[in-house]
This record gives sequence, C-alpha cells and structure tokens, in this order.
Amino acid sequence: MELLTERENLALVDVGGVRRKIDVGLLEEEPVKVGDWVLIHVGFAMSKISEQDAADQMRVLAMLGEDEAAMREIEGYGLGERWAGTP
Amino acid sequence: MPAPEPRVRFRDKQIEMAHGAGGKASRRLIEGLFAPLLCDLSSGPLGDAAHVLMNGAPIAITADSFVVKPLRFPGGSIGELAVNGTVNDLAVSGARAHTLVVTYILEAGLPSEILEQEVRAMAAAARRAGVAIAGGDTKVVEHGKADRMYISSCGIGSLIEGVHVAPETVRPGDRVLLSGPIGDHGITILLARGELDFEAEICSDTRPVLPMIEALAAAAARGIRWMRDPTRGGVATSLNELARDCGLGIRLSEDRIPVHDSVRGACELLGLEPLHIANEGQFLAVVAPEMADAALAALRAAPGGHQAAIIGEVTEQPARTVLSATPYGGTRVVDMLVGDPLPRIC
Amino acid sequence: MRFVDEFREPALITRTAQEIRRLADPTRHYRLMEVCGGHTHAIYRFGLKDLLPSNIELIHGPGCPVCVLPMGRIDDGLSLTEHPEVIFTAFGDMMRVPGTRGSPLEHKARGADVRIVYSPSDALKLAQTNPGRHVMFFAIGFETTAPSTALTLMRARSLGIRNFSVFCNHVTIIPAIRAILDSPDMRLDAFIGPGHVSTVIGCRPYEWIARNERKPIVVSGFEPLDMLESVMMLLRQLKEGRVEVENQYKRVVPWEGNRAALKAMAEVFQLRPYFEWRGMGFISQSALRLRDSYAEWDAEQRFQIPGVRVTDPKAAQCGEVLKGVLKPHQCKLFGNECTPERPVGALMVSSEGSCAAYYNYEHLKTAMVSSVASAL
Repeated sequence: MELLTERENLALVDVGGVRRKIDVGLLEEEPVKVGDWVLIHVGFAMSKISEQDAADQMRVLAMLGEDEAAMREIEGYGLGERWAGTP
Repeated sequence: MPAPEPRVRFRDKQIEMAHGAGGKASRRLIEGLFAPLLCDLSSGPLGDAAHVLMNGAPIAITADSFVVKPLRFPGGSIGELAVNGTVNDLAVSGARAHTLVVTYILEAGLPSEILEQEVRAMAAAARRAGVAIAGGDTKVVEHGKADRMYISSCGIGSLIEGVHVAPETVRPGDRVLLSGPIGDHGITILLARGELDFEAEICSDTRPVLPMIEALAAAAARGIRWMRDPTRGGVATSLNELARDCGLGIRLSEDRIPVHDSVRGACELLGLEPLHIANEGQFLAVVAPEMADAALAALRAAPGGHQAAIIGEVTEQPARTVLSATPYGGTRVVDMLVGDPLPRIC
Repeated sequence: MRFVDEFREPALITRTAQEIRRLADPTRHYRLMEVCGGHTHAIYRFGLKDLLPSNIELIHGPGCPVCVLPMGRIDDGLSLTEHPEVIFTAFGDMMRVPGTRGSPLEHKARGADVRIVYSPSDALKLAQTNPGRHVMFFAIGFETTAPSTALTLMRARSLGIRNFSVFCNHVTIIPAIRAILDSPDMRLDAFIGPGHVSTVIGCRPYEWIARNERKPIVVSGFEPLDMLESVMMLLRQLKEGRVEVENQYKRVVPWEGNRAALKAMAEVFQLRPYFEWRGMGFISQSALRLRDSYAEWDAEQRFQIPGVRVTDPKAAQCGEVLKGVLKPHQCKLFGNECTPERPVGALMVSSEGSCAAYYNYEHLKTAMVSSVASAL
C-alpha cells in the first residue's frame, strides 16, 4: 500500500497497480510522505508500516533453528556438556 | 412405456441475482427446473454446448446471453463478448464455431450511436473469430427495462477432429491446465461500475480461445478429457462442477495459478478470491498425464497462450472436492461460488 | 507484493512451524483462542491448521462484528428501506446476512435501494451526489472500523451534509473477551490477540488478561508467518511460565494505539450502557452510539426504528459457537438447515464466521491427516 501523492487529507495509494484515494486523517500524529507504506481499512489509513520492525522480524525468524544447528555441531565435537546451559 | 414424469426440484421462492451468478444457486436452478422439464438428460450431464446428430451429421450448438453493465469497459464491450462467449462455449465442447445468429433487446431511449458502436464491435469480433453472423432478431422494450441493451447469441459449429470431451473420461492422475491469468474480466467490470472508486490498468481478457484449443488439439487431441471456459463463478466453480460430475477430487497448487499482480492487488484490497472471478478469454483443460507436457508446450507456443500453466491434478480422494495447496504445506478447500463475489472489508 | 509476500515465504514458514513442534509439549493439549474474525479467516485461507501439531487446538472467538449482531438489529436497519428516499448502504460483508424478512440483497431484489460501499466516506459522497435522497450507512465493526465512521461523521458535520445518517452498531472488543473468560465452560490457555483493533486501541487494554486472568496474549498480524510466530511466542510463554502481553505485529501496531483515531471516536461516540450480542445476551458498556452533538446524523434519532428483539431459532447455537464452547459442526443445524447458501445465522454467511470457514474445511478432515504427516 504505497503512498503516492497527497492532497488535503487524501492520499493516493497503490496496491500492486490498483489505486484508490485513501483518507489519511487518522495518521495526523505520524505524518506520512510519498513512498511510505500504510495499512488501510475501509478506505482509511490506520497505521504506517515500520519497515525497520518488519526487517527485524524477518531477521529473528530467519535465525530460528540456527541455535539448534550450532548446538548439534558442537555436540559433535564432544563439547556438549560444557556448553549446556549457555543461552 | 411412457417416459417418467420429470421431477422439478427447484424450491427457492423467488429468483435472486445469485441464480445468475454461475455458482451453486445457478446450478440449483438449471438442474432443478430447466433441465428436468426441457432436456433429455439420458444423453449425459449438461455441458457448455450440445452435440447433436442432424440426419446423421454431427453439429454442435449453443446459446448464451449477455447483460453486462457497463456496456463498454477496458478491453472490450458487450458486442464483443456476445461473439467470443458463444465461440468459446463451442470451442471448449470440442467444436469449431461456424455461424451465429444474434438477438438484441434494446431499451427505448438508447442513443443510436451506442447501438452502432456495439454492432461494429460485434462485426469486428466475428471477423477476428472467423465466424459468420447469419441474422438475428431485434426487440425494443420500454425505457427502464433492459438496462440499455441485452444481447443473446446462438452458435452452431462442427466438431474438431479427434477431440472428445466428457467428465466420465477423467481419471486420477490427469493434469489440469489453465490457458492464462485469471480474474481480469470480473475485476475490470467491478471497477468499471465505478461504485468502488478504484483505478487500475486492468482490462477484460475477452478473446476467442479457439486458436489455442486448436493448437492443443493438434498436439494432444486424444489426451484431452474435459474442457471448460470459466466465466461466471470462475475457475473454482468450473472445477467444482467437474469434480461433482466425475466423482473425483482435484488438487491445485496455489503458486502455479497465474494471476496478474494488479488483479491480485484488487482482490487483496476487496477481500475477493481470484478463483471465483469471471474470465472471458481463458479455458481449463484436463489432459492425460503422458500428454500434459506436450499439451502445455503447444498452448504456450500458440498466440496468447504464453502464460498457460499446469495448475493441478485430478485425485481419487477427497472425492467431489477441489483443494488448493499452499507452497508451505497448508491446504484449503476451494468451494463453488455462493451468490455474487462481494467485496469484504477484512 | 511488499509486506505480503515476505510473510508467506515457504522456507521461513516451515522453520517457524518446526520450532512450534519443538516447543510444544507432547503430553499437553493447548487451547489457544484467536479472537478476531480476520484471524479465523486467515487460518482457513492459508491452511494453517495443517502446519500445527495436533495437540494445539485453535478455538474461534467472537471477533466477527457481523456474526455478533442480533437479527433484530438487522431488521431495524432494513426497516429504513421502506422509506423511498432512503439509500441503504453497507459493507459487502453485510449483504447476505439474514434478517427476518430476508438479507439486504434479498431486499434489493424486491426493489429496495440497497448499495454496497467499500468505505463510509463513499456513503457520504453518495449523499453529496444525491441531494434529493437520504443516505443511511449501516455501520458495523469493532474499534478498527469505528474511527473511520467517526471521521466521516466529523466531515459530514463540517461540510454541512444533512442527508446522511449512520445506524451505529459498532461494538468493542474488551467486553467480548471478558465475556469469554467469564464463561464457565471455557478453558483456554492463551489468546492470539486482535491485530487491527490493536492498531487503534494499542496493547495496553489487554494487560488485565495477563495480570488478572493469568493468560498470555500475543497481538498478531494476519499473514501466515505472523500467525505462526504468534503461536510460537505463546508456546514460549507457556513453556517458560511467563504471562505477558506481547506484540508480534510490531510493524503495524503501536503499543499506545492511534491517538488521532481514539480522539475521533471520543468526539463522536459514547458507550451504550448495554447492548445485545447474538448468543451472548446483554453486555454492558460494549457498544457505541452517537453523542447527542451528532444526533442529527444518528439514524436512530432521525427515524423510527422498530427495535424489536428477535431471538434466533431455538435449535441455532450461534452463541455457543461464537464463544468457542461448541465447534461449528456440533451445532444441530450445521450443514443441514444452515448452509452458506441458506444460512440461519450470520456465522455461516460472513467470510469471518467460523461456521462458513468450517463448512468448507470439514470435507478435508480425514483426508488431511495422512497428507500432513508426509508433508512435514
């Protein structure tokens, strides 16, 4: 839902090539600019999407299972007992 | 021995828009009222066109009607739909359209230039599809009826060599092919009505599918088990009808189904399911597995078929059900459309 | 599509599902409730149940604003179509919900002027372009949608548009969650918290669930990865003995909520002392009505609304299904008298209703067990 142009309290929003004027009146406290991504619901922008938070989430999920893989590798070296209990 | 009294099973109190939407309600009306009273069902379930023998010669015949609003929309108009729709019904039954007759029901007060535009569009579409229009009928009704213009067309054609389609020939393991991206026409119409205030570069996919079907037949005629053009009710409805008619299951791979980004975006925004949206320039074909690759290659090489894909396969279980599998292991049931697709807020 | 495709990435989904399997205690049966109808819909649309181990049970809560409206309120709204100057407008979700004398679409088929709008602002625009008619907007939704109705009413007032009114059926989520927790037959381990309502009210309103009721709650997004991560976070809390409110949907939900939205709601709405919820009886302070300063735009003040209470057919168990006490297929009418084509209650017709979702999914039950085992 990329913000395109702004006029009064309306912004033109683009979803995969489909465009609609969306009311950004609910985002007064965190003003949006062209290029921002927003969550829309019934023709109103509800929240600005934080690219940083999204990226953080992806990074955390991508690391899932890596701790375990690392543990298994270490156990293979016979060092298992010494590492147990280390976060 | 007298023929058994046909049983009318249609119990709905009044006709609703849903009965024309192409989904369950439509099926109820056709199977419960029209078919028992009008047709001889001993020859098999109803298809897109009927193949009859006239004095020993096989002909295919079909009829379709067009009530689209607005009359003109990005990518086409009612006059064009009226030709392509009928040509396509014949094509997916395994027939090459030869001649059409058309009827126009016009609303008094319709500006003549609008009528002329549509008649020209119809003429152009007929030339493109290679069919003749032999004649027709016109009626004018009072202002306020007929929504400006309704058209119906009836087409006859000859059978395509080597092609015999019937749901009873479908077997587990058969592949489901789709000629191209879905949802374009239905979304175009929804947006063209202007009620939802969206803009997009989406246009109707209306076109004759006969050239693609002929290419398919040339490569794999004897492997084609069944075909359908997924108009109202979309791919979901057509495949559910097949599943019901052949008693087998169908399993689709969600990520193999071609959908234009803009159509996907519109569906996300409106809470619609692309599989339920009408198409006017696509067709589905079920093909024997050993010929599926050749069939796909032929489709992709045919003009307009470059986005054709194998989207799924026929399974034994669960019977009479269409499933769609996500790329990450989840599965859901794809049901036939109930009523018109309605935009959802969530 | 950005912010959609990344959250449907198969490899990440598989990994998250595996982590859930690792965390789930095989001797335990987990009962997690997702409150929000949008989550119910997502679970079925993405086939998420297939990705979870069988000892994690997802229970559908009452967060479907269409489902919880008693039939009487629908009749009340539809009664306004008897005024020839009225244009009845509502979201698509409302159109097939049955009233006593048919759904809005059925009324339309009989000649009533019923139109679908995507946004309350579209309804207002309709009023501007049809000065000789009166546009009534049937407002539904939780706190997600109420601010949009509020802003629209504020614009109507500032532009002096008088041929517009709202029939307000906005409800609030916290009383619904309270009613669930107060229900004696409910045994839940944790909650998957509403995603979009939380963009407005923030995460603070859920703190009592953790503090007083001792149930973990994770505010969740709607993509497959969001919901799986939320389940994972809940399992972690349960395993580690923590009981907290966590925000999985950080990229969209601010902890403090949306102040502008809350301000707009406070300006236009006040809480009704009580409101009837389908199958759950009267709940106090659970719904909104227009303030007296907006009486001119309040359909209930502009028009005579019958206000008749209509009870659901005795056999219909919408209430129990809404509270998660019964699974849809356990309702006696499920699949027989009540189907998506001929619905008795809204749960079978709303896209977020658990009955509608279950009706399709049920076909799968036996076939799925074998294929899930081989997929993971």
